[in-house]
Amino acid sequence: MTMLQSPAQFEPLLSVEGVTLQYKTPDTLVTATYRVDFNVYNSDRFVLLGPSGCGKSTLLKAIGGYLRPTEGRIRLKGRDVTEPGPDRMMVFQEFDQLLPWKTVRENVIFALTASGRVGAAEARERAGAYIDKVGLSKFIDSYPHTLSGGMKQRVAIARGMAMEPDVLLMDEPFAALDALTRRKMQDELLQLWEDTRFTVLFVTHSIEEAIKIGSRILLLSPHPGRVRAELNSIPSSAMGSPQQVALEGRINDMLFGHH
Amino acid sequence: MSETLALRPEIVNPDTPLGDVRVEASLSWFERIYRIGAVRKAFILLALAGLWQAYGLWLGNPLLFPTFTDTLAAFFENISNGVIPARTLVSLETLLIGYGVGIVLAAVLTTVAIGSRLGADLLEALTSMFNPLPAIALLPLALIWFGLGKGSVIFVLVHSVLWAIALNTHSGFRSVSNTLRMVGLNYGLRGLKLVRFVLIPAAFPAILTGLKVGWAFAWRTLIAAELVFGVSSGSGGLGWFIFENRNQLETANVFAGLFTVIIIGLVVENVVFATIERNTVRRWGMQH
Repeated sequence: MTMLQSPAQFEPLLSVEGVTLQYKTPDTLVTATYRVDFNVYNSDRFVLLGPSGCGKSTLLKAIGGYLRPTEGRIRLKGRDVTEPGPDRMMVFQEFDQLLPWKTVRENVIFALTASGRVGAAEARERAGAYIDKVGLSKFIDSYPHTLSGGMKQRVAIARGMAMEPDVLLMDEPFAALDALTRRKMQDELLQLWEDTRFTVLFVTHSIEEAIKIGSRILLLSPHPGRVRAELNSIPSSAMGSPQQVALEGRINDMLFGHH
Repeated sequence: MSETLALRPEIVNPDTPLGDVRVEASLSWFERIYRIGAVRKAFILLALAGLWQAYGLWLGNPLLFPTFTDTLAAFFENISNGVIPARTLVSLETLLIGYGVGIVLAAVLTTVAIGSRLGADLLEALTSMFNPLPAIALLPLALIWFGLGKGSVIFVLVHSVLWAIALNTHSGFRSVSNTLRMVGLNYGLRGLKLVRFVLIPAAFPAILTGLKVGWAFAWRTLIAAELVFGVSSGSGGLGWFIFENRNQLETANVFAGLFTVIIIGLVVENVVFATIERNTVRRWGMQH
């Protein structure tokens, strides 16, 4: 198991060091996170978990390169993150993240060619393969507006994975789905991870989702977001066991237990 | 609680007889025809033509109000002797040049506006200054600058097209969802590439509205400008055709000229723009 190996012998894939994030609203300066540290290693399923207002989405946007830290640094493979780029693909919560004027296939192909990741022929092949992986081959030539919310998110995941980024950034991708679809998508995501072992950074406010999706969970306390703990999750075989209940209780206590 | 529930008998239908309800019935031929939009519109047009004809006959003064059939006769006569086609060609040529230049300038202005805050301020200031200014009001000035000829008409055309398109396109760009913009940035698209591959298609419904409004403004301005003047080296446009025939009291020809303007407007709206709409924004589910 990866967590038994000492991480010191690897360089972290993504390192976040003392990152303070601030943004301005028309009349206030808001500090979203304060001196956050964590490292993400290859093939991690790293979850940022916290109540609303803990700056987890802002933190993910900063890693995506949309926002500069006011303090600290974010490095991917040793290079400073300065702007958005295809090495960090984002999957958003919103259903409108697909380009409505392109079909499912064209959406994936365009991501690959526009970013210059691969040429046209290779892009077409890869798009087909990844759309197949998320089970949408039947809808490959459909326009996004004809798809359900869950299907749109699957396309967004296929698009993100097809880019084969260093890290896939997922910003509460299942939060806007109904409960049944959400569970199905969580299982599918884990299956995809089993197949390709990509590195994923996943933001959620659901403790259950964090335990299920994550291999490592970062707990953030709110206003501003600070690292409360960094925990190991349980193997998926232990889902529904007393081990899960215990971990859930522990996380609950840390996030909401005392102030 | 459970007692009251137990008191109510269950209802189970062993079979559900259909009776004499027809599950699928074909509509009557009248209803089927009535559901076709083109038929309804054609009916309205026919009714209007009938009213026109009736009023013309009742008035009995072709100098003031020629009948529909007189107008049609004048229309076909002027088509067969080549006058209307020639005039239409002159008008359309001028129109397309002005429209094209207007689109290009609008594209440049909005691209500058989307790229910087100062550019946006510039566009806002210019549109709020010039958009309310009627294009025709610039014609006297244009005559001094460009002389009696096509140049002046094109100048006022550009003025009438530019602001409507720029205003709509700019507000379209601004209403593009932040998520789509972030997706574009994520692909590594910046600057002009972001505008071309993400912002323009995403704002296309607004751009199309701008193009339509711009087209209508251009058409109006053109005919008005040609009425004021419009003859240069012996070849005028449709506006000139209308003006000329009014001077000669050929009222049926005046009506035929107006008729041509209306028909071109209908064709552009219902064929050209409707086709673009069907193949873009409707197909993409961005407009219904």
